[in-house]
Formats: sequence, structure tokens, C-alpha cells
Amino acid sequence: MRRGAADGREGLVHWQPLVTWHRLGKEEVVEVLEHRRSGSLVPPAAPSTAVTEDAERAARRTMRAQIARLEQQLADAFVTAFPMGGLEPVAGLPGQPRLLDLGELEQLRDELTERLRRARATISERAEAHAANRVLLERMLIEPGRYRFVRLSRADIGEPGCGAYEVRPRLGLIGMLMGWWQVKLSSGCPLPRGRRRSVRRP
Amino acid sequence: MSDELDTVVVPGVVDSALRAEFPGLRLDWTTVRAGMRDSPRELRRRLMDLSSRYRGASVIAMRTQPIPHAYRAFFRQIGLDPDITRIPSEEAAVARLLHGQFRPENLIDDALLLALIETGVPVWALDATGVRADGLGIRLTADGERLGRSEYADYLPARRLVVSDAGCVHALLFGAIAPGHEVSSRTERVVLFAVGVDGVPAIHVEEAIWVCVEALQTGARG
Repeated sequence: MRRGAADGREGLVHWQPLVTWHRLGKEEVVEVLEHRRSGSLVPPAAPSTAVTEDAERAARRTMRAQIARLEQQLADAFVTAFPMGGLEPVAGLPGQPRLLDLGELEQLRDELTERLRRARATISERAEAHAANRVLLERMLIEPGRYRFVRLSRADIGEPGCGAYEVRPRLGLIGMLMGWWQVKLSSGCPLPRGRRRSVRRP
Repeated sequence: MSDELDTVVVPGVVDSALRAEFPGLRLDWTTVRAGMRDSPRELRRRLMDLSSRYRGASVIAMRTQPIPHAYRAFFRQIGLDPDITRIPSEEAAVARLLHGQFRPENLIDDALLLALIETGVPVWALDATGVRADGLGIRLTADGERLGRSEYADYLPARRLVVSDAGCVHALLFGAIAPGHEVSSRTERVVLFAVGVDGVPAIHVEEAIWVCVEALQTGARG
């Protein structure tokens, strides 16, 4: 915004236009305030309707651009979060397409900002948990005896697919008695048909 | 002269208030001779081939691509949440993942689906008998308007975005088609319309209609 655009008039009057937004219920109006710095000779002119409409339209356009940008960032967050378990699904009822006024656009922008903040917090928390679990896995591999029967799934360390790392005794009971421990990675995903039932024969 | 040469894709009228708010919003439409019948083998095979384009990972990443992003952003700007009311291309992709393939339905639905998959731009079909010759456009509703011209048509609240001609509202934008205006077994000519938004090149919108017209004409010959 240009400030003090009328400053060049012999120093008599200095106007500083400010545009502020006031919420009146569900309606949003733009109000142009003329702040007088010095002198009191010229009364402030009332803003014309066309100027107000143009300003409102410009504000709505800016808001829509912000919403589009937030949508892009939310999409990126969604894709990033998906391998980590995804984001919480959005609840709500389907609506009808309508022309949103400035107040509704502002509210939508704020909601998206909040949603994006939550999405980024979720991603950050999960990334930290994965990093901590990867450090734990490293320690399990270095000193398995200190982490007996600790189990980490691949999902816990941010890896795709099924399976789990677990500290198990080598040779079962003998390993337990002798202190022979190792990290084992379980074999892949279960079969889609599950375990075959044993067939009883008469 | 062949049907294809007769077909003209016409830009629809977008209400001036809406054009001022959404400079990229456009609607292209055309009329084509087509009826409800089974899809020819060629069209069904094409849909099957396109089924293999979609994998889970690509559907997840779809919303970051330019055209789906443009529709998602527009949905938000008109008060629809694309995570609740999916954009048409995502809807088709999710249906493909759920069913394992694009299921052929009938010639018209398959042609619309083909255009959507090929271009990312949604195309809808109306029975041409209910549409005035001066064509379709996008506008805002006034108080007391109804979705369709039926006696029992639902009333619409004011300031809703709709697809209409000079006579009546035919559909909500990206929403339901008015009962009785959709394509039925008695349809002989259909009006196809595609909607483009800011961020979707105009050539994609036109191309979507041409893909659809071509598929319908192939089906009519077959």
C-alpha cells in the first residue's frame, strides 16, 4: 500500500490512506480511513462505491490466491505424510458451489492455515519418532544383549512394507542362557489368504 | 459432410460478475448425435488400457499435478471441500482403485470418462431436447430458482453457481444434473459441456470435448 500519497502539496495537508477490514456479523466491508497528519483545512472525501467495490474485489482475489497456495501446500503435506501413515481424514458434509464473500474466504483461509499447521506438526512428530526409532535400531544392532526382545516394525522406522526387527536369542533357550542375542527381521507381509486351515481326515 | 465436420465447440457465456471474480472460468459446449447404447469393443479396450495408468502411488500424488490442483483450488474457492466432494478426476481414479479397472457402463458415460482420464477435464452430458439453441453458460442463481423445470424440482438458494441456458438451470456447477435433463434411453442428441478453471489451459477444455465427440462418433458407427 502506498502511504502518504498526497504529501507533495506544499506541506499543508498530509493524508495517509489506510485500508482496514472490519467484520460486521457475516458481512465484511472495507473502510478507507484518511488519517490527517497536520492541518485541518480540507475535509476527507468519502470513498466512492466503485473504489470500495474494486478494493473488495482485489481483496477477494488476494484471498483466493492465498487459498490456492495453501491448497498446494496441503497437497504436498498429504503426499509427504502418506508413507508415514497419512493425515487425519477431513469430516464434513458436501456443500453446494457458491460465491463466497470476503468474510467466508477469510474464514476458509484461516481454516486451511490451521489444517496445514496440524498436518506439518503431524509430519514433524512422525519424522522425529522415526529418527528416534532408527537410532534405537542402530543400538539394537550394535548391542543386542542390552535390548532383549525389543521389537520395531518397519513402519516404526518409516520403511514401507511389512516386517519387524526384533532382538531374539540365537538357538532359542540355549542362546538365552548363554547370552547370545541377535536382531532378526521377520519375513514380509502375511499371505492374503491367511493361514491354511488344517484338513481333518476321518 | 460428416458429423465430425458439423460439430462446433462453442464457448459458453460466463456471467460478468463471475468472470470478474474468476477470470479463468470457462464453459465449452457442443451438440452431438448420440444415444444410450453399449460401448463398442474399441472404446472398452481403450478404457482397459487406461486402467493400467493408475497405481496407488500415482493417485496419491495426483493432487500435486497442475490440472487436478487447479480444480481442487477452485473447489475450495467456491465453498466445496475437495477432500469431501472429490474433483471428477480424483473420483474416477479412486473408483478405478476400488474396482481394479475402469468399468464400462454405456457409450455416453464411457466417452465422458475417457475424456476425463485423457485430459483431466470433466465433461458432462445433457439431453439436447431440454437445452435452448442459444446455448449454455455459468451464472449465479437468484432467489426462488429451481434445479430443472420439473414441477417438483428443488429450489436453490441464491448465489449458487449453476450451468444454465436462457430458460432454466440444468445443473449445479460440478454437481448434480437436474432430474429429467440427464441422458436417458430416449436421448438422440446430447449436449456436451466441459468446465475449465484458472490454471487449466483452454486447449485442454476443448480437447476434452473433442475426445468425447470422437468416442461417441466411433460408437455410433460401430
